[in-house]
Amino acid sequence: MTSDRTASLSISVTELTKTYGAVYALNSVSIDVKAGEFLTLLGPSGSGKTTLLMAIAGFNRPDSGQICFGDTDVTVMPPHKREVGMVFQNYALFPHMSVFENVAFPLKLRKIPADEKRQKVMEALATVQLSDFAERRIDQLSGGQRQRVALARAFVFGPTILLMDEPLSALDKKLREEMQIELKQLHRQLGVTTVYVTHDQREALTMSDRIAVINDGEVAQVGTPRDIYNAPANSFVASFIGESSFIPLDRDAGGNLLYDGVKIAKLPAGQTADKWSLVIRPERLSLVPPKAKPSSKKLYFKGHITELVYQGETALVMMKIAAGQSLVARMNTRAGDAVDTLAEGQSLTVSIDKDDIITIPGEAA
Amino acid sequence: MADIVTHPDEALNARQLRAAERRETFTLLALTLPAMVAIFLVIVIPVGWLFSLSFLDGSGKLSLANYQKMIEYKSYIRVFKTTFNVSFMTTFLCIVIGYPLAYFLSQIPRKYVGLFMLTVLLPFWTSLLVRTYAWLVMLQRNGLINNFAIDLGIWDAPVKLAHNLNGTLIGMVHIMLPFLVLPLYAAMQRIDRNALQAAANLGATPVQAFWQVFVPLSLPGVVAGSLIVFVLCLGFYVTPAVLGGGKVIMVSMQITAILEDQFNWGAASALGVVLLVSTFAVLLLASRFLKLDAVMFGRR
Repeated sequence: MTSDRTASLSISVTELTKTYGAVYALNSVSIDVKAGEFLTLLGPSGSGKTTLLMAIAGFNRPDSGQICFGDTDVTVMPPHKREVGMVFQNYALFPHMSVFENVAFPLKLRKIPADEKRQKVMEALATVQLSDFAERRIDQLSGGQRQRVALARAFVFGPTILLMDEPLSALDKKLREEMQIELKQLHRQLGVTTVYVTHDQREALTMSDRIAVINDGEVAQVGTPRDIYNAPANSFVASFIGESSFIPLDRDAGGNLLYDGVKIAKLPAGQTADKWSLVIRPERLSLVPPKAKPSSKKLYFKGHITELVYQGETALVMMKIAAGQSLVARMNTRAGDAVDTLAEGQSLTVSIDKDDIITIPGEAA
Repeated sequence: MADIVTHPDEALNARQLRAAERRETFTLLALTLPAMVAIFLVIVIPVGWLFSLSFLDGSGKLSLANYQKMIEYKSYIRVFKTTFNVSFMTTFLCIVIGYPLAYFLSQIPRKYVGLFMLTVLLPFWTSLLVRTYAWLVMLQRNGLINNFAIDLGIWDAPVKLAHNLNGTLIGMVHIMLPFLVLPLYAAMQRIDRNALQAAANLGATPVQAFWQVFVPLSLPGVVAGSLIVFVLCLGFYVTPAVLGGGKVIMVSMQITAILEDQFNWGAASALGVVLLVSTFAVLLLASRFLKLDAVMFGRR
């Protein structure tokens, strides 16, 4: 519907720096968002992800750096000229206006004729499945409905870029998961370049074309959800996205990384870090039956169970392995699965495919 | 399974739980008792007494004479007109002066608000009489303002600032300003900053965002403040008496005059009753158009 008039633009942020007093909210951040892409800024609170989003929207003025939409430098352009749609964390709807008036607001400012305005508003409301709610007051809507109004208002005027600041954080889990899929579909439908801020790693993995992990005002890693999950660049990314156990590795003279004397991987070319760690995702570990033959494609860990946590679809098995390190494994809970036979204190062996092993420079975060 | 208990009193602990709830209600009622008694003694009884007095003539017989007089004599109607006019103008001027002030307070960083709020509150804490006479000193024929203005050549001869409507309005606006600014500031404080950012994001210039989003959202505060100011003005006495120089006669002053000159409690009471009723009428009218409790307590 709206995609025909939406010429989406790329965003390029170059060496953007913003300080509050002595604190760097953004420290020379550079990110490129391709036209039509869904990019998520993922980071813990206080990491600078919202500051970056607000800088793109024009609500805070960076100390230095450049922001371009397509070929246009917008670094000093006031927010009302940027033609960027934004969904705020608290939705920021206008409580003195009806749903219709809220969505019509950007069109009214652009002096769109009444007929066309009505048509566009109703189209936008239909897209977010709120056609029957046009005349409602904002305080008569549920959280999820408000979220949809905010969304409709943000894209009704055909912005070239859509920004969202943790738009789903106020919704309950079930609704949030539904909305994640809906937002993804809407993005596909509109084709508008989208920058999405969240601290929820699962949300980021679910929705994004690419994820930029932000920490301490810097970009820790940019990549597709698969890249980020399967090949985290450092211990921060590895621990922030997904669950991980960290196990320190040894390095031999030949440039190999060893665990317990077993060669794990060759040191990547050009890497000079002294300390290396093994990152193990809990769901990639499996229980080894007592009489199984060892395989050279697998890495084995012996230990005993310190805690068993039943979580419904899976159970967490927390264990201590040989050198006193902790390791967490996630097991299925179907009837007959081995996890039913486990007990705290019991010793066991788990294994991981060497293909599933991740090595990162540095020690555990 | 055990027997199903049908009688509520016999359900487990039902009686005790209801007794506990009753005790709580009584405790709450008891807490309001001193205030209730005070209001009854100081307000309900005297007002009721005055109300009944207003329906008695000089000889103590039941009559509507006091009210008939108010309709017959033009001077009474003029007094009511003046009262409403002065109250209306004061409220209007308070909005014109108070809105930008409240807006300023709501926009500056919070740590400076206290300082600027003092400029509103300091006079507020000073005695009404002191402030009124201070204005008299400033405004009178040979007062500070006239002397300065003539010395600086702004005007040649003393301008009549006190002892008329000008003086009354200046004094009343000054005294009433905090009653408008405080609720208005509170209302502005509650406005979601993100709503203004959203307006800008959607293409509103700062001026458009102000008029189309900020002002409508601050209106409950304007209405709350205006109502308080208007109702207080209706019964105002000291300032118009001192600064009006006898040219601005408000209802309250007329009541005093009748009591002092004629010692006519019935006529004075009748005026009081009409003033009270018209005040209620204003509030009632206001509540027709807005939810009063929403205005007063910021509920929505």
